[in-house]
Amino acid sequence: MVRNIISVSSLKKDFIVGEVTVHALRSVNLNITEGEFVAIMGTSGSGKSTMLNILGCLDKPTEGTYLLDGIDVSTLSKNELARLRNLKLGFVFQSYNLLPRTSALENVELPLFYNDSVKPRERRERAIAALGAVGLEDRMHHMPNQLSGGQQQRVAIARSLVNDPVVILADEATGNLDTRTSYEIMALFQELNAKGKTIVFVTHEPEIAGFTTRNVHFRDGNIIKENLVTNRGSAREMINAMPMEVDS
Amino acid sequence: MNITNLSKIALNALLRNKFRAFLTMLGIIIGVASVIAMLAIGEGSKKSIQDQISSMGSNLVMVMPGTQMMGGVQQGNASSKALDIKDVKAIRQDCPSVSAVSPEVRGGGQVVAGGNNWPTTFYGGDVNYLDIKKVEVKAGRMFTEQEVASAAKVCLIGQTVADNLFGNEVDPVGQTIRFKNIPVRVIGLLEEKGENTFGMDQDDLLIGPYTTVQKRILAVTHINAILSSAVSEDATTQAVAEITTAMRASHKLSEGEDDDFQIRTQAELVSTFSSISDILTTLLGAISAISLLVGGIGIMNIMYVSVTERTREIGLRMSIGGRGLDILMQFLIESILLSVIGGIIGILLGVTASAVIGNLTGWPIAVMPLAIIMSFLVCTAIGIFFGWYPARKAAGLNPIDALRFE
Ligand SMILES: Nc1ncnc2c1ncn2[C@@H]1O[C@H](COP(=O)(O)OP(=O)(O)OP(=O)(O)O)[C@@H](O)[C@H]1O
Ligand SMILES: [Mg+2]
Repeated sequence: MVRNIISVSSLKKDFIVGEVTVHALRSVNLNITEGEFVAIMGTSGSGKSTMLNILGCLDKPTEGTYLLDGIDVSTLSKNELARLRNLKLGFVFQSYNLLPRTSALENVELPLFYNDSVKPRERRERAIAALGAVGLEDRMHHMPNQLSGGQQQRVAIARSLVNDPVVILADEATGNLDTRTSYEIMALFQELNAKGKTIVFVTHEPEIAGFTTRNVHFRDGNIIKENLVTNRGSAREMINAMPMEVDS
Repeated sequence: MNITNLSKIALNALLRNKFRAFLTMLGIIIGVASVIAMLAIGEGSKKSIQDQISSMGSNLVMVMPGTQMMGGVQQGNASSKALDIKDVKAIRQDCPSVSAVSPEVRGGGQVVAGGNNWPTTFYGGDVNYLDIKKVEVKAGRMFTEQEVASAAKVCLIGQTVADNLFGNEVDPVGQTIRFKNIPVRVIGLLEEKGENTFGMDQDDLLIGPYTTVQKRILAVTHINAILSSAVSEDATTQAVAEITTAMRASHKLSEGEDDDFQIRTQAELVSTFSSISDILTTLLGAISAISLLVGGIGIMNIMYVSVTERTREIGLRMSIGGRGLDILMQFLIESILLSVIGGIIGILLGVTASAVIGNLTGWPIAVMPLAIIMSFLVCTAIGIFFGWYPARKAAGLNPIDALRFE
């Protein structure tokens, strides 16, 4: 039986700005099962980030239910939500959000600091392993400003992996990167997905969405279309096919 | 999350901004250092005054001619009744709480020996004068009762006078000096006492029999003061009462009349000066405390700026599982660390500064352990107090709002 990681029904989210109510999400139903690599697509302002933030328990829906790994999130307190994020979720942001003047290793360790059951030794070992998984074991002691944008994003991905979450949520994770580096990040996500990681990936670039297994299209706070990706591309192959000197 | 992890996180956050952390601490450092140094200086000067005064004999009771009121007009010392030897005898007879009494007569003048001369004061007393004043004889001897009875022209010489008249080579004992042209033989050298707290040289004097000073030198019959010792320090109050009675009888004062003399005790002097320096210490301490407060506000300011500046960091920490309490604790620990580390540096600096000031000025500097403990506690309190508000602000943020903060 397939395990439902994310199960959302009639989800609504309103923002009240002054006298105006913005219906960012109108009535969204979505199920994501274990091992899926879902791209959330849509034009600017269609509600993608709002959706992802709710999936990430960073924001609460106005209405509707959300089950994360079988847990009804709406019943949880702030502290329980923090614990849920710590144990079950991994985030990757468009702007990396690494702590400045803090080594890659320490950045990756950070989530485990908030988990009392992980001892310092294990924390270090797991952070090293996560950096290894993103191919940055030789950059462990570099500061963010000593890393390229792509490398910084890989550190951020390592950070999202280190607590072994049930799902990784990424919002425009390739938005700040050039094409080649974007493909490298996508290749990394594809590898992680191949190993069974569930990933939800917000993007408005169809090319990027082509590397995922399913695309969900948003418009004006509604899902207007869903489709499985039939001829899924391999980001690794695309990179290899790219001429070396073309770097943009 | 446990305290060790939080402390590590807070310390890392501070280390990421070492220079700013240092600047923030500077206020606390200066505040604490000045509190400690000021209190040490204040306490030191108080101790020195107390030591000086009690080195003159803590059970000393002094009788001096008083000022008289005539129709509400202060007449000054001139019109008051002079003291004389009769009063000394009265005290000696009628005051069981007094163990020793001596008259004191004094006069200033030029003292000459060989080619050297020096202005000084000649004090006259009884044979027990040195005991009452707590002065020792370094060389030679004290004058005798016979010498007092015969108004012998002998004296003991203070170190300052001896140095100025004889230099280092000549032993002053046995020499003859001339005070106001009267030849006086030096029979003893006094032990050095140095300067007192008020900068007065206590070795710039001659001491001889009071009869000699009265008859041979000043040609007066009165005495300037009566020095007496109470049997013990605790007995001074009793001694004062007895002396008052004896003096009133001796001066034949009737019931309603005011005293025409004044009685000063050493204990009184100590407490007067102690309270003056207490006020000074409090004042200095208060000024320093204000600078400490300003330092605390500096911490609060930086923590506030820091919370705003690090809003995205806070958002990130929340997104990876930091609870509001964790964020609160992190910022609180940061501000406590700032103030406590600043406090420790301030304590070290304050103690060092006290020692240096003590060395330069020669004041006895007494660093009070209480001041150190207090400043440490105050620093922690400042950290908690001024860190609490910004920390609360940080903890109350919504994860998503914090993350989206520009
Ligand atoms: N905190 C907020 N307060 C008010 N309105 C908001 C807030 N967040 C989002 N909205 C509104 O909700 C709608 C959806 O925004 P959202 O950020 O989800 O769009 P998006 O699909 O991520 O767009 P983009 O591709 O530009 O990132 C928009 O109309 C936006 O103005
Ligand atoms: Mg968005």
